[in-house]
Amino acid sequence: AAASSLTLAAGRASAAPKGKVVIVGGGIGGATTAKYMRMADPSIEVTVIEPNEHYHTCFMSNEVLSGERDIDSIRFDYSGLKGHGVNVVQDYVTGIDAEKKVVKTRGGQSFQYDRCVVSPGVDFRWDTIGGYDESVAEQIPHAWKAGSQTVTLRKQIEAMKDGGTVIVAPPPNPFRCPPGPYERVSQIAWYLKNNKPKSKILVLDPKDKFSKFGLFTAGWKKHYGYGSDNSMIEWVSGANGGKVESVDAKSRTVQAAVESFKGDVLNIIPAQKAGKIAFDAGLANDSGWCPVDMKTFESKQHSNIHVIGDAAIMSPMPKSGYSANSQAKVCAAAVVALLNGDSTPQPSLVNTCYSILMPEDAMSVAMVYNYSDGKINKVAGSGGLTPGYDDTTMEMRKREVGFAHSWFNNITKDVFG
Amino acid sequence: LSGAAFAAGPSASALAFTCAGCHGTDGSSVGPSSPSIAGMDPEVFIDMMQAYRADQHNATIMNRIAKAYSDEQIEDMAWFFARQRLNTGPQPHDEALAAKGARLHERHCEKCHEEGGRPGDAGTLAAQWMPYLEFTMSDFLAGKREWPRKMERKVDAAIAEEGEQAVPALIHYYGSQHDPKIEENEND
Ligand SMILES: Cc1cc2nc3c(=O)[nH]c(=O)nc-3n(C[C@H](O)[C@H](O)[C@H](O)COP(=O)(O)OP(=O)(O)OC[C@H]3O[C@@H](n4cnc5c(N)ncnc54)[C@H](O)[C@@H]3O)c2cc1C
Ligand code: HEC
Ligand code: HEC
Repeated sequence: AAASSLTLAAGRASAAPKGKVVIVGGGIGGATTAKYMRMADPSIEVTVIEPNEHYHTCFMSNEVLSGERDIDSIRFDYSGLKGHGVNVVQDYVTGIDAEKKVVKTRGGQSFQYDRCVVSPGVDFRWDTIGGYDESVAEQIPHAWKAGSQTVTLRKQIEAMKDGGTVIVAPPPNPFRCPPGPYERVSQIAWYLKNNKPKSKILVLDPKDKFSKFGLFTAGWKKHYGYGSDNSMIEWVSGANGGKVESVDAKSRTVQAAVESFKGDVLNIIPAQKAGKIAFDAGLANDSGWCPVDMKTFESKQHSNIHVIGDAAIMSPMPKSGYSANSQAKVCAAAVVALLNGDSTPQPSLVNTCYSILMPEDAMSVAMVYNYSDGKINKVAGSGGLTPGYDDTTMEMRKREVGFAHSWFNNITKDVFG
Repeated sequence: LSGAAFAAGPSASALAFTCAGCHGTDGSSVGPSSPSIAGMDPEVFIDMMQAYRADQHNATIMNRIAKAYSDEQIEDMAWFFARQRLNTGPQPHDEALAAKGARLHERHCEKCHEEGGRPGDAGTLAAQWMPYLEFTMSDFLAGKREWPRKMERKVDAAIAEEGEQAVPALIHYYGSQHDPKIEENEND
């Protein structure tokens, strides 16, 4: 062993890399994997392929909608990853040849790998809402991938007259960030309450319940009059006809299961599935998501390819940025071990999602996960929700706002720094 | 491979990496209010995690997280974080208040919180995020967190001396200490 480590040290400059890893997608999952892999073993060559020069985080994008923060504050670049010695290639992956272990791009490049990690996030099921497609979404934004659509939606809300109606249509399960649509409703309500108090938000939901249901509805009641005659927010459940069937972009009319509704600003968030490359590379199954081994996140459909983040089936973990960041570290450690011929490590995983109701009131959900019997399990007795108003104080709720912003700063530095 | 290695749980780093989303990479938080935990004394770390697990600290979220871990896992994480270098960030503070706080600290706190409150066997005060110090101090004073032995008397003495300004002065003093000197970590 002494001799071999000597040779390694002596030959470092000229030595061939121990292995080549190609990562598809420089979002939360992909960027974290790249950084943690390089931190664990700098002799591994890591390439990230990502079409965009900048990444806009979805998290805190709801605060852009309320005007509490600027779009620039959620934009990140890849200089941090490059600083860790990651090759960052600006291109779009069109295919993965699992046999030959080659990733192909739109720009005509090919990348050979020993292991490939795929974290492409979500894609939309455009066939589920009549009249709504990718081009209509430029005027009637989903804003479920942050960036230009976030800005468009913000501008539309700003331009709306006082007394107008914003329609928000959350997607059916499973989807990226289960509490996200309801945090969005809260943030828009905060802006309207302070700037256009006669306005309304109509939530047309295909579901009968949603994440942090009790906490959100209590928060809406406290801050936005929910449940009263002049509530700013009205939520229509699936059972009450909330499911959106079609949209007429011209008249800004939404046809829901029972009635049709006209809005001044429409935010339609369609049903979701794994990012397109997951289908092109044969990684997704009939559910529309990618089945993986729960210890290494290696695809069950193609060996040597790992899938993490929103695109993968990670139940009981939700599709969140914290989950993707946590899964990425497990995946990085597993791939490093596999390339070094070591046994794969035991995973430990965490998810937390903060939701900000208004600048002095936030709440969170947390859970710790371990691995046993081939599954990811919630650790019994851990996790859960922020207590309701009767069991905590507004001072503690306000602390959670600061901790939510701290979480944003720390996780983005952990991913891109 | 031995059977023991096979049955082993997550490594210390696997456990500790999951904390980075809130406490920063390797435990150095970039704020504005989540505490840094890098360089913490392992015993203080263990005490705090056990207190969270037992719902004894006035926590927003750590009580829910700490309950997932065994004593052994907490100890593994304690040593992981003890070995990390604390990277601090500058914080806006009032120089005059900080100077007052420095004198109060020297008289009442330095005995336990040595070297201006550097990470040590009574927690991290120097360069800790100021809003976090406000939370912990107000929890002690409101009886929501148990006082470390004899600390109450010293805090009372500081307040007797400086009145309402005592606690803010101390916090501004700790917040003023973004100083490369404190980034050295004795546990390395
Ligand atoms: C409004 C909103 C609020 C949210 N709030 C929170 C929150 O508070 N907390 C939280 O934890 N999570 C939150 N989330 C969820 C979080 O943003 C996602 O779960 C997370 O981004 C998933 O990471 P990922 O790596 O799977 O996908 P992404 O971060 O979306 O990354 C995918 C990347 O892959 C790239 N890509 C896709 N296809 C290709 C291809 N073929 N070739 C190359 N690159 C490709 C994309 O350009 C993208 O950069 C929120 C989401 C939304 C919409
Ligand atoms: C989702 C956010 C979040 C996660 C994840 C998290 N923490 Fe914390 N931590 C906090 C917050 C917030 C506090 C302040 C107490 C509170 O309000 O809960 C804190 C306080 C602490 C403290 C006390 C620091 C001091 O000096 O007073 C320790 C120690 C700690 N956390 C350790 C950990 C460890 C170890 C992990 C991972 C296993 C972890 N934390 C994961 C948010 C988090
Ligand atoms: C007799 C010893 C002693 C004295 C004197 C003392 N402390 Fe402490 N203090 C401790 C110990 C031990 C802890 C460790 C944490 C715990 O047990 O809760 C602590 C913790 C703290 C914390 C919380 C740190 C954290 O990470 O959560 C703060 C804030 C603090 N002390 C401030 C002060 C101030 C300000 C003074 C002086 C006015 C002071 N202490 C005097 C022993 C002391």
